[in-house]
Amino acid sequence: MSDSDLETFRAQTREWLEANCPTEMREPVRDEDDVYWGGRDATFKSDAQKAWFEACRDKGYTVPAWPKEYGGAGLSPAEAKVLREEMSAIGARPPLSSFGIWMLGPALLHFGTEGQKQKFLNEIARGEIRWCQGYSEPGSGSDLVSLQTFGEDKGDHWVVNGQKIWTSYADKADWIFCLVRTDKANKYQGITFMLYDMASAGVSTKPILLISGNSPFCETFFDDVEVPKSYGEDVPAYVGEVNRGWDVAKYLLGHEREMISGADGGDRTSAIGAALTRANGEIDPVLRAELAQFDVDALAYAAMGEKFLDEIKVGKAHPAQPNMMKYAGTELNKRRHELIMAAGGSTALEWESEETGGGKPSRGWLRTKANSIEGGTSEVMLNVISKRILDLPGA
Amino acid sequence: MPLYYDDDQTMLAETANQFMAEEGSTKKQLRHWRDRNCKDGFGHGLWKQFAEMGFTGMLVGEEDGGLGMGQVEANIVLEEIGRNLTPSPFLSSSVLAATALNHGSNDVKGRWLPELVSGDKVYSVAVDEGRKHRPEKIACKAEKSGNGFKLTGRKDFVVYGASSEMIVVAARTSGSDSDVDGVTLFAVPQDAAGMSHDSVRLVDSSMASHITFDGVELDGDAVIGEVDGGRDVLNAMLMAGRVGSAAEGVGVARGAMDMTVDYLKQRKQFGKVIGEFQALQHRASHLYSEVEIARAVTIKAAQLLDAGSEKADLMASVAKAKVAKVAGLAVREGVQMHGGIGMTDEYDIGLYMKRDRALQEFLGDQYYHAGRVAELSGY
Repeated sequence: MSDSDLETFRAQTREWLEANCPTEMREPVRDEDDVYWGGRDATFKSDAQKAWFEACRDKGYTVPAWPKEYGGAGLSPAEAKVLREEMSAIGARPPLSSFGIWMLGPALLHFGTEGQKQKFLNEIARGEIRWCQGYSEPGSGSDLVSLQTFGEDKGDHWVVNGQKIWTSYADKADWIFCLVRTDKANKYQGITFMLYDMASAGVSTKPILLISGNSPFCETFFDDVEVPKSYGEDVPAYVGEVNRGWDVAKYLLGHEREMISGADGGDRTSAIGAALTRANGEIDPVLRAELAQFDVDALAYAAMGEKFLDEIKVGKAHPAQPNMMKYAGTELNKRRHELIMAAGGSTALEWESEETGGGKPSRGWLRTKANSIEGGTSEVMLNVISKRILDLPGA
Repeated sequence: MPLYYDDDQTMLAETANQFMAEEGSTKKQLRHWRDRNCKDGFGHGLWKQFAEMGFTGMLVGEEDGGLGMGQVEANIVLEEIGRNLTPSPFLSSSVLAATALNHGSNDVKGRWLPELVSGDKVYSVAVDEGRKHRPEKIACKAEKSGNGFKLTGRKDFVVYGASSEMIVVAARTSGSDSDVDGVTLFAVPQDAAGMSHDSVRLVDSSMASHITFDGVELDGDAVIGEVDGGRDVLNAMLMAGRVGSAAEGVGVARGAMDMTVDYLKQRKQFGKVIGEFQALQHRASHLYSEVEIARAVTIKAAQLLDAGSEKADLMASVAKAKVAKVAGLAVREGVQMHGGIGMTDEYDIGLYMKRDRALQEFLGDQYYHAGRVAELSGY
C-alpha cells in the first residue's frame, strides 16, 4: 500500500471515528465498569458504550488486524497502526477487552484448524464469549511445566481433575483455555491445550483477595469435569495436537510477555517528572533527581519499545527478545509507582477518598508488584535471556 | 522511520566493523601509541585511512567535498570506534568541528573543510571552562579589536587540542557570562600568537589541553556563523557531539559486555564454567537488557537529529545520560566478573573502563544530562 493510499485510509478512518465514537467513549477509563469485556452475561454500562461496541463489531474493529472471515477488518499492519494512532488521537477507549483477543486469538490464528477459527474467532470478535486462561497451579508457578491438572482419556472425552490459580476473571468467564496434563510419563510432551465451557459440571471458582483490595484473580477447581474431544467437524476441543500443548503455551507466553512489557507505549513508557511535580507542588531535590533518572530510563525504554515493534514486523527481533522487554518494562513500571507514591505523600496513602478516586495511587502501586511475577517472573526472564540470547551454559 | 538500519546503513556498519576490528584494534592503535608515549594519542596513518574510507567527511555536505550523510551514519562509525577502543579525532573533528563548520560562511568552509575531508588536518573544539561541562556559561572573552577580535581567557578538556591545526572556540562577544546571546564561535588556527597549550594525558591515554588565550588576535573571517548569535551553532555542535559520544559509549558497553560474556563461558572455578552460576547469569542478562535499551535510544536520538525534530535536544540528553549509566555498568561488571585478571594491564577490559570514564565526562556526564532532561521537561 502506497503512502497516499494510507493517507486516504487515515482520512476515512478519522471520518468514521468522528461519526461512530460517542463523546463519552473518548474519556479516559476511570474504573472497571468502563471496560467492556463482552460474554454471555455482559451488560453495558451506558448506551454510548453499547453503541461504540456495536459500531466497532460491525466494522471488524474489535480485532482490526484479524481476517474478515473471522470477524476482523483484515487491516494490514500499516493500516492497523493508522487506526491505533487515530483512536489514540481522540482518546477512544478500546471497544472490547478480552483474553480472547489478546491471548487465545493469536494462538488460534497460528495453530488453529479452519473450523476452530470460524467458530471461536468470530465469537471472540463479536464479544459473545468471554475467555479465561488456565495456566498456573498452586505447585506450578515459575516451573509451569510441572503442572498436575490431569485429563483422563475416556475415548471420546476427557475427565479433568485438578486446580488452577491466578485465573484472571475466572468467575466472570464463559470458557477457559487450559493446560491439562494428558501424559504423566512425558513432562514437556504430555500437556494438552484444552478449550471448554466454564458452565460444565464440576467447575467452580473462588476469587482471591489481593493486597490491592481487588480480586481480579481466582482459584479454579475441576472436579470430574467432562471435556468432549470435539465440538463438531474440524472443531477439536484442543489447540495444536494432543500432548503438544506446551508448544502453544510457549508461543502464547511470548505474546503475553510482549503485552505486559508495555512495548506499545502508553502510560508505561512516558516520562512522569513534570506531571508529578505539577500535581504535588514542591518536590525534594533528591526526589527530583530520582524523577529525572526515571524519566531518562522511561524515555529510553520507549525508544526500545518502538525499535522492538519495528523489528518484530520485519522478523529482525531476537525470538527471545520479548523476555527482555517484559523484564525491563515491568521493573520500570514498579519504579514508576514507587515514585508516584513518594511524590503523592500522605494523599497517596488514602485507600478510599474522592480525591484519590477510591485509592487509585495506592491500589495501583500494589497492583504493579504483580507485574514482575505474572507471565513469568523477572528471575525467569533473566534465566531465559542467559540461555537463549547470551548462550550461557546450563541455565 | 523504523528504528533499525536500512540496507545502506547495514552495509556501512559491516564495513566499519571490519575496518575498525582490523585496523583500529587495541594492539595496533591504543596500546601501540600509548606504549610509545605518543604525544598525539592517536595515529595519523589511521586518520588517513579514515579519510580513504570516506569517514572523515561523512557529515560534510557533498558540495563541500564530503559525503553529506547524517548523524545515524556517523554514529555507526562511532559505535565501532567504541567497541574497538580506537583512538582517533573522529568525534572532535568529523562530528563536532564539522557540524560547527557546516554553519559557517562559504569562506570559512572553503578554508577548513577540504583538509578535514582529506585527512590532512585535525580539528578540535574548546567549550568547557573549568572541570565540568557547563556550556550555559561562557566567560572566555573575544573583544572587538580593529577589524577583528582579541581573545582572552581559558578553556579546558580540549581533546586532542595540541594535535589540532584548528580549534573551534566558543567565546563571549557581548553580555555577561550566563547570557544566551552574545556568544560567538571562532576558528582559531594552531599558530595563533598568544595561544598556549598545557597538554596532558588522560586516564584513557587520550590527550587533552588546557588552553590559555592571552590576547589572541583574530581576523573577522575567523567567525563561524553570526557574531553574538553563535548559541545556535554551539547547540547544534553540542547535540551532534552528545549523540555521537552516546554512540561511542554504546560501542564501549557492547565491547565490554561481549568480552565479559565470552569470559564467563571460558573461566572455570569449582569445576564449572563460571557462566553456569545464576548469580552471574542474572547480572549478565540485566546488562544485556540495559545495553539494548541504550542502543535503541541512541539510534532514536540520531534519527530525530537528522530529521530536524524539536525533540532531538531532549532525546540527545536522554541518550547521553542513559548510555553513561549503562556503559558504566558494563565496564564495572566487566572488571568484576573478570576477577583478578580484570585488574591487569594485559587484559583489555580495564581499557574499556578507562575509556568509559573519559567518555562519561565528555560533553556532560549523566547527572548533567538527567538534570537537563528535567529542565527541558519543565520541572
